Amino acid sequence: MLTIKNLSARYGDFQALFDISLELQQGETVAIIGSNGAGKSTFLRSLAGLIRNAPDAIVFNGAAVGDKPANQILSSGIALVPEGRRLFPSLSVEENLRIGAYRKRPGNWSLERIYELFPVLEKLRKRPGTALSGGQQQMVAIGRALMSNPQLLLCDEISLGLAPTTIKDIYAALPSIKADGTTVMLVEQDINQALAVSDRFYCFQEGRVSLTGKSGEVGMDQIKTAYFGV
Amino acid sequence: MDWINTVLQGVLLGGLYAMFAVGLSLIFGVMRLVNIAHGDFIVLASYLALVVVSHFGLSPLASLAVVVPIMFILGYVLQRVLLNRTLGNDILPPLLVTFGLSIILQNGLMQVFSADSQKLSQGELEVASVSMGSLSVGVMPLIVFCTAVVIIGGLQLLFYKSSIGRAFRGTSDDQHTAQLMGINNARIFGIAMALAMAVVSIAAVFLSIRTSFDPTVGPARLLYGFEAVIIGGLGSLWGTLAGGVILGVAQAVGAKIDPGWQILAGHLVFLAILVVRPRGLFPRSVD
Amino acid sequence: MNSMTNNVGHQLEVADAQAAPSFVVQRSTRSSIVGLLLMTIALTILLSAPAWAERATLRVIVEFTCYLALAQMWNLLAGYAGLVSVGQQAFVGLGGYLLFILATKFGLHPMAAVVMAGVVVGILAIPTALIVFRLAGAYFAIGTWVVAEAFRLGIAQSAALGGGSGQSLPVAVVKQLGPHREAIIYYAGVSLLVAAVLGSFLFLRSRQGLALTAVRDSVTAAGSLGVNTYRIKLMIYVATAAFTALIGALLFLQKLRISPDAAFSLQDWTAVVIFIVIIGGIGTLEGPIIGTLLYFALRGALAEYGTLYMILLGAVAVGMMLWAPKGIWGTVQEKLGWQLLPMRRRLIIH
Repeated sequence: MLTIKNLSARYGDFQALFDISLELQQGETVAIIGSNGAGKSTFLRSLAGLIRNAPDAIVFNGAAVGDKPANQILSSGIALVPEGRRLFPSLSVEENLRIGAYRKRPGNWSLERIYELFPVLEKLRKRPGTALSGGQQQMVAIGRALMSNPQLLLCDEISLGLAPTTIKDIYAALPSIKADGTTVMLVEQDINQALAVSDRFYCFQEGRVSLTGKSGEVGMDQIKTAYFGV
Repeated sequence: MDWINTVLQGVLLGGLYAMFAVGLSLIFGVMRLVNIAHGDFIVLASYLALVVVSHFGLSPLASLAVVVPIMFILGYVLQRVLLNRTLGNDILPPLLVTFGLSIILQNGLMQVFSADSQKLSQGELEVASVSMGSLSVGVMPLIVFCTAVVIIGGLQLLFYKSSIGRAFRGTSDDQHTAQLMGINNARIFGIAMALAMAVVSIAAVFLSIRTSFDPTVGPARLLYGFEAVIIGGLGSLWGTLAGGVILGVAQAVGAKIDPGWQILAGHLVFLAILVVRPRGLFPRSVD
Repeated sequence: MNSMTNNVGHQLEVADAQAAPSFVVQRSTRSSIVGLLLMTIALTILLSAPAWAERATLRVIVEFTCYLALAQMWNLLAGYAGLVSVGQQAFVGLGGYLLFILATKFGLHPMAAVVMAGVVVGILAIPTALIVFRLAGAYFAIGTWVVAEAFRLGIAQSAALGGGSGQSLPVAVVKQLGPHREAIIYYAGVSLLVAAVLGSFLFLRSRQGLALTAVRDSVTAAGSLGVNTYRIKLMIYVATAAFTALIGALLFLQKLRISPDAAFSLQDWTAVVIFIVIIGGIGTLEGPIIGTLLYFALRGALAEYGTLYMILLGAVAVGMMLWAPKGIWGTVQEKLGWQLLPMRRRLIIH
């Protein structure tokens, strides 16, 4: 479904990604792990269209979308839950969810289903988006991305700054998301969490893929080496 | 009794000023852009109405059917072709480009239409009045005020109850994340400017019926609109109506004291409010 | 301890290290030496002009000096302090009117009145600043415009000042300048220009100037480094207001007649000045010079085209802002690294 070939990215003089190549099949859950600054977020942002690339650096469902802007990428079916949640402060919880459906693709996700997935949000629906706890905001951010009925959901560090129980609650929602047929690619700093929920993983190190394999089949020592680059 | 009449006139005039201000407020709210040529676009719309009225024999109010769509499209094109390029972190480009536009528009209109004063006539409606108790209220000013209320109410509905309204507010909060929602920023900004121009054109026609105009009166309209926005408070459309009303009343009272003091009175009240309440009377907390 | 002297003559103590690089902070470049030379030549020509130039030429030169000085002031305000004002015409007009008031009603010698006009407006600028500083960005700009309009309308209401049609400078006052009136006004203009350019130059090289450039580049960063941005901006606003008033006073002394519309004209004193600075190059000292030269050349060539000419000027300024925002000189400076006035400090490591 998704083929990345020689994807590079730079911020001014600083090159963050060097010729990344990887593949993703429909229905898979793939984790991207790596230390801070390894380029994981940059990678997701490139996929989401916030950073432009050569057209065939990213091929999604047969179409070359590497140079498309973010709003068109969403229409093609890739939705990003951005790092840091980034809810809209002027919008209420419900409006944040609704704006996710601005460019809705055909599918099953709706306000009702999001409230089913994250029941606590229904009580908070009128609150301003940012007047929520970190975990609740993360739920809204995920729900917002789901509202567009994406084929591929990109999750950027959804556990960042959250308490362990909250992280558990959020990841508990993953099976329901996958049950719908959504393919998920997630970036996680917590290696164990990442490997627990994913089928395969890629390890990034200083802008390059240093290791890939099936989650659960690769030893921790090997992962540590690839993670830290020692 | 006379003073009540004066204040009433001022309130109704405030409706017109609020219409000048709404466009400014809208654009600033959505894209943090202040269009210095705003007043000159009002004048442009007036001349457009003049052309439509002279060529098609329509009444000014009827000409709205032609003028509003044209200005709507003009606003969209202006934003997408020119003004979108100026948006960014630097305040200088949008300010200076729109300032340049203002000068170009004024001189351009002077070139095409000469400096002669013009006025649009709505016939009897202009001088018709209704009695409200012992007061006599002009029909035209009443229509203008009610139109202002309807426009502001409509825009409020649009902003808070519609999908595109959410898009406006989201984009104004965070442009990049808005893109992640599938929102095309360039297009949203274009639509916002188009809306602003549509409101501008309605205000322009009402203005041209009420008083005469020439290529140089744009800046004055910009200043009134600006003062109404600041007095009312940034970020609040109803606040802008209140601001317009206060300005209108200040001008009406000033004019009653001495006709030459009309505009100056407005400026002085504005400056006074700026000193005492810099954020305006009804500011929105989130800006 | 090693000690070395840098270009500006300060002694620096440098600890002995394994391979301590020696360095020098240099300000002048080859182009700036050329620039200083050019300016000395220009100044000599200017100073000698009354001896060989016609009366009409002298008047044009005075106008030129005034516009260039106005441009330097606006450049300082907007290009360096980040205060984009479209209301400087307030101070031009006030300067002009104060000249008339002080000379006719208070009997001051015209040249003394010019100077006093600057002082008085400087004082008036303080409460003005306190009001308009409540606004920011584009709203600040329009606020300054409102202030200018308030002054214009207020003065137009005053019969004592000639009301809407204005007044002429009484012959008795003009006679006080003596038989060499044109020369006196001329040298006053040249002095104003030299003061404007030299003053800006020295200021920007100074510690305060450096602080100002920091403010321009990043208000937050400058603030965190301890720069009192509010006070610096206030200082610049008041100083440029006073100087702008001086220029206004001189301009109207030459015109001998004043009216509210002429004194507070947005088009004459702000639009043209802004266009000059944008086209010449905002945020550089050389830009306004280039811009004013260009403006006067264009004005001479297109004199009979009236409004078309303003349209052209506006269009060029808009175009510049979009495609060459650094203006003519700014682009040259960027591409070639020239500077006519030795401003930037460069670290040269040997």
